[in-house]
Amino acid sequence: MSGTLAFVPSLDVRGLAYAYPDGHQALFGVDLTVERGERVALLGPNGAGKTTLVLHLNGILTAGAGTVAVAGLPVAKANLAEIRRRVGIVFQDPDDQLFMPTVREDVAFGPAAAGMRGPELEAAVRTALERVGMAEFADRPPHHLSFGQRRRVAVATVLVMEPEILVLDEPSSNLDPASRRELADIVRSLDVTVLMVTHDLPYALELCPRSVVLSEGVIAADAPTGELLADRELMRRHRLELPFGFDPAAAPVTPVTTTRKPGDR
Amino acid sequence: MGAGHAHRLYRQGDSAVHRLPPHCKLAAVFCFVLVVVCTPRTALWAFGAYALLLAAVAVTARVPIGFLLRRMLIEVPFVAFAFLMPFVVPGEQIQPLGFLPVSVSVPGLWDAWNVLAKATLGVAASVLLAATTELRALLLGLERLRLPPLLVQIATFMIRYGDVVTDEMRRMSVARRSRGFEASGPRHWAVLAKSAGALFIRSYERGERVHLAMLSRGYAGTMPVIDRVTASRAQWTAAAALPLAALLVCLLGWAL
Repeated sequence: MSGTLAFVPSLDVRGLAYAYPDGHQALFGVDLTVERGERVALLGPNGAGKTTLVLHLNGILTAGAGTVAVAGLPVAKANLAEIRRRVGIVFQDPDDQLFMPTVREDVAFGPAAAGMRGPELEAAVRTALERVGMAEFADRPPHHLSFGQRRRVAVATVLVMEPEILVLDEPSSNLDPASRRELADIVRSLDVTVLMVTHDLPYALELCPRSVVLSEGVIAADAPTGELLADRELMRRHRLELPFGFDPAAAPVTPVTTTRKPGDR
Repeated sequence: MGAGHAHRLYRQGDSAVHRLPPHCKLAAVFCFVLVVVCTPRTALWAFGAYALLLAAVAVTARVPIGFLLRRMLIEVPFVAFAFLMPFVVPGEQIQPLGFLPVSVSVPGLWDAWNVLAKATLGVAASVLLAATTELRALLLGLERLRLPPLLVQIATFMIRYGDVVTDEMRRMSVARRSRGFEASGPRHWAVLAKSAGALFIRSYERGERVHLAMLSRGYAGTMPVIDRVTASRAQWTAAAALPLAALLVCLLGWAL
């Protein structure tokens, strides 16, 4: 990979501003740097511009002002193919993400679009499915899987590209507690930079040592997740609320890793 | 390919017919239908021979005749008008049932027979194709036969999202009924029409999100070919057996 230089951040967003064609401005100068191998949670109330920011990371939306660089490569028209290989976005609804008739073909889509074929492609698909514990479902159509399984396959569809940074949009939404925990185990087992967009604050605390708050189109806070969640004043200001009875100070600092494989049910 | 992918029309099996590559079967069925359509309608025995040929294929594929006949009922609404022909086509009149005052025209009878026989043979061949070839394989076959890629993509998405959209429709129906709505007559058509509109908008928006997800994974206008189906000379020969035998029958039909 070209980005093996450890001192180049995986993601470097500078002064990013964006207004939708209808004039509604969503981002007002976002600065965000994610170092290689970091796991960062992107928190913020509904309508804060989180999804808008995510769509800038792989060039679906083009910045009105400011720059985005992935492992040193600026997001620009000329580099789009490489940028989209480096940035793996897992969208919220796996039915949007999994559009091919079988799991195997879906995981193969990205690398095949990049020109990979034959045994090399098969091996890459198998490895990616094994990383999320879904190898035995390769020939199933996505709509015959449970929601949690579909989300895991969605993660595999971007892992197969060996991305520089994995962007998860609301990864825990609609998951039952077991699927939620399985996904957490998978994310922890990956050796990849992660940016996780979420409302699930305990999940952010469990997986991401660092959190940033996006509020009204700017980064309003950037701190270790535990500290940030304990700052009641800040939380209230940005409409962030912890679930009833959850005390960030009492949560275990290093999450308990279970011995079960992600594929266990 | 996968279990659970099975469509109602498909019949799991492992026969010589099942194993043939999809594009060979598609080409064979297409040529067979062309030959059948070109056969003179007066060569009654030729159509019997075609039916025997198809029966031989069904036996090879271990598709029960009952299954085949049931699936062929789909034809009925499409050929209904054929039954009208003997009554509306002008020409020499006969009274086939002497004791009834019903007269039918001879050219009308021939026209009806022509449509009925050819349509039935075509449908039977298609049902056999569908029973021995998975939906996904059919699409791969069409792709291989150079059908415009856009059409194949559309069909692929239909398979993938058919169930998703049906599910959405079912949820909307549950939501309507949960609020005490029961469609019982034309008075409620407005509500149903609005639901259909909402379903369309939802599906359209899903289409946009899917497109976004595709772009994010490097889609640039064409689907990469992941599974290339290939056929050996022997497989092409095996598939050609049906249309070639039919062609022989057809030529005899013209000659005799």
